[in-house]
Amino acid sequence: MPRGQAEHPTSYIIAALLLIGLWYLASFMLDSPELPTPLSVFYAFIAGIRADLGYHILISAFRVVYGIALAGSFAVPLGLLCYINRVDKFIAPVIYLLYPIPHIVLLPLIILMFGIGDLSKIVLIAIIVFFQILVTTRDAARNLSVNYIYSLLSLGATTKDVYRHVILPACLPKILTAIRISVGTSIAVLFFVESFATEKGLGYMIMYAWSKMDYPALYASIVAMALLGLFLYLIVECVEKKLCAWVYI
Amino acid sequence: MIEAKNLSMVYPDGTEALRDVNFVIQDGASCSIIGPSGCGKTTLLFILAGILKPTEGVVQLGVQPREVALILQNYGLFPWKTIYENIDLGLQMRGIPRSERKRIVLSLLDRLGLRSFANHYPDQLSGGMQQRVGFARALALKPRILLMDEPLSSLDALTREALQNFLLRLWKDNGMTMVLVTHSIEEAVFLGKEIIVLSPRPGHVVNIIENLNAGDANYRTKEAFFSKCREVRQNIPPAI
Repeated sequence: MPRGQAEHPTSYIIAALLLIGLWYLASFMLDSPELPTPLSVFYAFIAGIRADLGYHILISAFRVVYGIALAGSFAVPLGLLCYINRVDKFIAPVIYLLYPIPHIVLLPLIILMFGIGDLSKIVLIAIIVFFQILVTTRDAARNLSVNYIYSLLSLGATTKDVYRHVILPACLPKILTAIRISVGTSIAVLFFVESFATEKGLGYMIMYAWSKMDYPALYASIVAMALLGLFLYLIVECVEKKLCAWVYI
Repeated sequence: MIEAKNLSMVYPDGTEALRDVNFVIQDGASCSIIGPSGCGKTTLLFILAGILKPTEGVVQLGVQPREVALILQNYGLFPWKTIYENIDLGLQMRGIPRSERKRIVLSLLDRLGLRSFANHYPDQLSGGMQQRVGFARALALKPRILLMDEPLSSLDALTREALQNFLLRLWKDNGMTMVLVTHSIEEAVFLGKEIIVLSPRPGHVVNIIENLNAGDANYRTKEAFFSKCREVRQNIPPAI
């Protein structure tokens, strides 16, 4: 097992308790409605779930998952194709020019093109994580040792075999790490795109509770968003451990 | 019969790896190729295996390309595939039915004493075991020509000798043509009935030394072995 992998769930529980303890301490010391105690937020969260918080979580989850899936379905094949020098010659300069630009500023254009519904939100998330996944996949494909390819070719492989048995499996750990990182990014973008022109989703819930100065509900929505991120992150990690067992030996 | 005629290789970046290489290796022979590092030994092997195309000259193998197996430096195993899957891969690509493949892979694993490691990944095995898996994968394809690029170079001395003996048995049992690229004079003499000596880059054939005593498992301890090693050493041009 590589270093840095926490094996026991107990270490996660201890960390969670520690963070909650710090939160308690801070809320007691501050003694202000702007920082409610974890317990009152927990009650607000349960009350929210009994109302419509679950629905908003699902809407948000749908937007994030769809956005990442859309980005991945373009970025992964394109990144893997960069293994071929001729493809990389075209793609690499385009990536290097476009990647550092803050894509979030495209929001107005995307709304003009895709309307104010789910599609524009998904497209913006997809555009932003597309570059993260593409850059990582491309780098992984470019750094692949040519000896693996020779080794496979010596067994009588076709180009399709090379992608199936070498390039994809060799790059998969990096791809899944990129997707894991993009979960965090996409949740941040989600908040941005849900903070206006919609009445659904956790971003909307946060802005709504804020405008009403309903602090426990505000925190409950923030916690819901955090849990959504954590949950998606853990799912990707499970997939990674399942599909890339050879990395975790 | 392997026949290399006027092989020259210049890489696209201008590196001249081989210049006018000529030799003939008879069917069922064992041949070592030796030379200073960077002399184009690996390039030559890749050309024989059909993975690289020479810029000039031709190779005639006398067998189908699928009857040639290549074992690369550092074993050439795929870390993301289990030992079983690694050995199975070549068979799978030849379209052999699954049940037949399973029979071949399991019998090879038994033969090489690796059965209990079938579901391990290469990184969980020692270097010597990984190399045996590399041999198993090549042997699964029942090659008539076995090409090897310094297959034992990253092993410790004792494992290396054991695997040299293993290779010798393999060659005798299977009646295939064996071509071994090596930078070890002792290995070249122990395993090759013919020793092709290459010059520093661009590699060309300096000498082809007959070594008819090779093939005897006790050769290493005999006086003839040492004198042959000396002869080969005198023939190797100094690396620059």
